[in-house]
Amino acid sequence: MTFINYAAREINCKIVYYGPGLGGKTTNIKYVYEKTNPNSKGKLISLATETDRTLFFDFLPLDLGEIRGFRTRFHLYTVPGQVFYDASRKLILKGVDGVVFVADSQAARMEANLESLRNLELNLKEQGYNLAAIPYVLQLNKRDLPSALPVEEMKKQLSRKGEPVFEAIASKGNGVFETLKTIAKMVLIELRKGR
Amino acid sequence: MAGQDLVLHEEEFNKIRDVITRLRSECNAKLIFLVDKNGQQIAASGELESIDTTALASLAAGNVAATDSLARLIGEKEFSILFHEGERDNLHISVVGGRVILVVIFDERSSLGLVRLRVKKGSNELATILDVMMKKSAMPRKAAAGGSPFAEITDEDIDKLFSD
Repeated sequence: MTFINYAAREINCKIVYYGPGLGGKTTNIKYVYEKTNPNSKGKLISLATETDRTLFFDFLPLDLGEIRGFRTRFHLYTVPGQVFYDASRKLILKGVDGVVFVADSQAARMEANLESLRNLELNLKEQGYNLAAIPYVLQLNKRDLPSALPVEEMKKQLSRKGEPVFEAIASKGNGVFETLKTIAKMVLIELRKGR
Repeated sequence: MAGQDLVLHEEEFNKIRDVITRLRSECNAKLIFLVDKNGQQIAASGELESIDTTALASLAAGNVAATDSLARLIGEKEFSILFHEGERDNLHISVVGGRVILVVIFDERSSLGLVRLRVKKGSNELATILDVMMKKSAMPRKAAAGGSPFAEITDEDIDKLFSD
């Protein structure tokens, strides 16, 4: 749900990073935070446990500049990936404009990817959204690990609708901005269509 | 529909700002702001310089969302008010018209009783304005805004945002 403020001439959009626990969602937005010009970003808020596992959400506001005289702001959120935090995940999906699914490429995590993806589809549905209809990008993270599955096999199992797919090593920043730019563009294109 | 965009026009923005500015003075509060349930700030009034209002908006919305779920877990419809008491400053959070969040920050110059009383009155006024805002949001954008600037967005405009 994009928030268009004609009075302040601002567009605010919400992007949610979804995926299994320890897949690199927080690493993605931490990298964005580190590499973004200080004038274009707000504070990175992490509601995490003592061991740095996401407890509720991470939040990063980004200012992308002006488009047609409107300041364009993106609010990036991550969900807690661990299975038992499902109630929190549902809350964070409220009002979402675009979703990035961060999949863990390690063979041993494929089942967790699939479970998280099913959970995403279900939770979106509960909020009245349809994965097939909203801006959506798939990121295959941790491509540098020796146990990473072949890209084609991952796509076969995880791709849902011919969405853009990016290979990433979020800890080094590979693929992070490509993913973000693509989802942001898709959200703006959706905005152009109007509803 | 869940994907309904929220559109705030100048007219409603000015009305909202007037109400919260007056409410701030009636409450003797430091800061008042209005946030939608998804964490987007709608309007604010008061000593804004010292506070990261974007983060505050997001956290207030998270707080309300979590509290709503807690309420439903124990069979309550909602907890209509959240109050956080600090050593210097206090936070009073309430939901207006079931859809937006009113946050009041106040210190010893005011009191919880006064804030509760004034917020209750101000909320009714805000709810009326928000109704109009929601109705306009649901209208096709062209009719509501005298032509949507977004229909004209080109691929080039979008690429420009990501040029560096």
